[in-house]
Amino acid sequence: MTQFIYDGTYTGLFTAIFDVYERRCDDAQIVKSHGMQALVFSDNIEVCTDNAKAERVLKGLRKKVSPECFANLYSCYLSELKGIENTILQFVQYVFASRKNVEDNYGHTAVLDVAQIARKVGREKHRFEAFVRFENIGDRLFYAPIDPDYNVLPLIVPHFKRRYADQDWIIYDTRRKYGVHYSEATGELHEAVIDFSVERNDRALTGISFDPDETLYQDLWKNYFKSTNIPMRRNMKLHLQHVPKRYWKYLVEKK
Amino acid sequence: MKTSESRIHEKLSILADAAKYDVSCASSGSKRKNENKGLGDATGMGICHSYTEDGRCVSLLKILLTNQCIYDCAYCVSRKSNDIKRAAFTIEEVVELTINFYRRNYIEGLFLSSGIFKNADFTMERLVTIARKLRTEHKFNGYIHLKTIPGASENLMKEAGLYADRLSVNIELPTETSLKTLAPDKNYEEIMTPMSYLSEAITEYKAEKALIKSAPVFAPAGQSTQMVIGATPESDKDIMFQANTLYRQFNMKRVYYSGYIPIGGDERLPGIGTPPPLIREHRLYQTDWLMRFYGFDVKEIVSDDHPNLDVDVDPKLGWALRNLHEFPIDINTADYAMILRVPGIGVGSAQKIVAARRFGKLDWYQLKKIGVAMNRVKYFVVCSKQDVLFGDATPGAIRHRILSMGKSKYESAYSPQLSLF
Repeated sequence: MTQFIYDGTYTGLFTAIFDVYERRCDDAQIVKSHGMQALVFSDNIEVCTDNAKAERVLKGLRKKVSPECFANLYSCYLSELKGIENTILQFVQYVFASRKNVEDNYGHTAVLDVAQIARKVGREKHRFEAFVRFENIGDRLFYAPIDPDYNVLPLIVPHFKRRYADQDWIIYDTRRKYGVHYSEATGELHEAVIDFSVERNDRALTGISFDPDETLYQDLWKNYFKSTNIPMRRNMKLHLQHVPKRYWKYLVEKK
Repeated sequence: MKTSESRIHEKLSILADAAKYDVSCASSGSKRKNENKGLGDATGMGICHSYTEDGRCVSLLKILLTNQCIYDCAYCVSRKSNDIKRAAFTIEEVVELTINFYRRNYIEGLFLSSGIFKNADFTMERLVTIARKLRTEHKFNGYIHLKTIPGASENLMKEAGLYADRLSVNIELPTETSLKTLAPDKNYEEIMTPMSYLSEAITEYKAEKALIKSAPVFAPAGQSTQMVIGATPESDKDIMFQANTLYRQFNMKRVYYSGYIPIGGDERLPGIGTPPPLIREHRLYQTDWLMRFYGFDVKEIVSDDHPNLDVDVDPKLGWALRNLHEFPIDINTADYAMILRVPGIGVGSAQKIVAARRFGKLDWYQLKKIGVAMNRVKYFVVCSKQDVLFGDATPGAIRHRILSMGKSKYESAYSPQLSLF
């Protein structure tokens, strides 16, 4: 077996796929560099991320599959599931080996896996369009921490950019430790880097943690959440199915 | 807490509590884009921002403007003879709550209804003012669902449609006889007139929009309605036939069924402590889905022979068991419409099956991986002519086998029936 080790980026993954083809390797495995377990009986090949190589594979794919299917591959990558690289590799190999478009052949394992995993990631994306909770941390800057199962931040940003065009906001993935900042003034997005230790100290010094109205609206929201419930219809199983406990820590109404 | 803050808390708890029996929660189907660099966007699919402990979704800030009402409808908690606390929001309060909840991504928008104070126009005018303020002063592009107050003038309805994404008038009860008994101040004509106005206006504006791009949109997410079920003696057939008429006649986007929750104080209605008819409500929604997405005619599901839905099995399985002569079908050759009718196959799976079989015959393993519910599907489907599975099974035997295999989520609610097996 030959193991291709890439840097964890999408470009890196498609460079790896390019290398698999270039070396005509038929027992390839693609793994992320930090999560790699050295296989004793395998050859290790370090993939050197190369935009031009990746783009050649992606360009070829765009010609063979629909835009939706093309986007599904990116979603699969964002799932960060163990072995997802090999699912994507098998899918790409199957697509290039076929003359007609095979993206609908759900009888094929890789095709079905890509469709189903993309769907799971899509569900998580939709969930986080719902579960993001902003708090006004002053100066009309709205901050929301998230901790999604899959790395959906890149997928939800366009939604929030459309929706909150007239306020400054930050959505920050606390597990993956990166975030996005939207500036109302420029209408642009930037990566948000937050040094939590410093911020806490600043707040302690100035005594400002929130906009003065923030607590009021959080309380009103909790009040609404309680008042709109119908106790005679109580159904905790359904409640938990829709709002699993792992999402509670950043949900104002469930905290 | 400041007095002004505790006052707004009190209003919110009273007026959210009074509005919660209106079950519409949809925030989908609109096309309102954020083009003015304003707040909000209602172009996508609906979003459920949270779920209450009863498992219902929270998508919109659903409140009454006031729970004061000049009417005395027996099924309604806000009826004038009911001895409850009354409250009223100011227009500014509703606007502020909506904007501030929306900015924090708590909600998709506002669902505003009201008790009727003074008269229909007076009430409707205030609802419209709130929508207008949100749209024009605050450049709010989130979702707005307004209740249309029966008896309000056409001018107000028209203005409402220009600001709201969805409008609704509730039919309240499945038959006019029941309505007359329980809501002496209301009649079907007063309810159907605005429905028919809205249906025409929506069609007209849509036609105009197709020709002239700059034409205004009118209630782009359409109209919906709801009826209370379980408060009056109608059969499921009465209910679903009424729903079918509403869909056809007024082009409803949705008909909602609200299981009656006893509020007491009237011996014509189920008393306090009677559990709400949750399973029945669920079966009615399933039937509604079969009509709208599965190509079933309402008469195939309920009829004079079967006026009520089976609580133990879903209506699709019920239909299949009554029509075993249509099965088994060959998954590799049957047309899409028929695949959709197989118990255990949903719209998504049906589409995948039809797409995938162009590449080669599907077998049981692939079918299972695609995600169909095998415990049902296997009685109604073959993968090739050689398959013979349960060819001699009777409807009763299949029903028994399916029911005995899984534990129903409603088991506690109908355990007396289950012990019959």
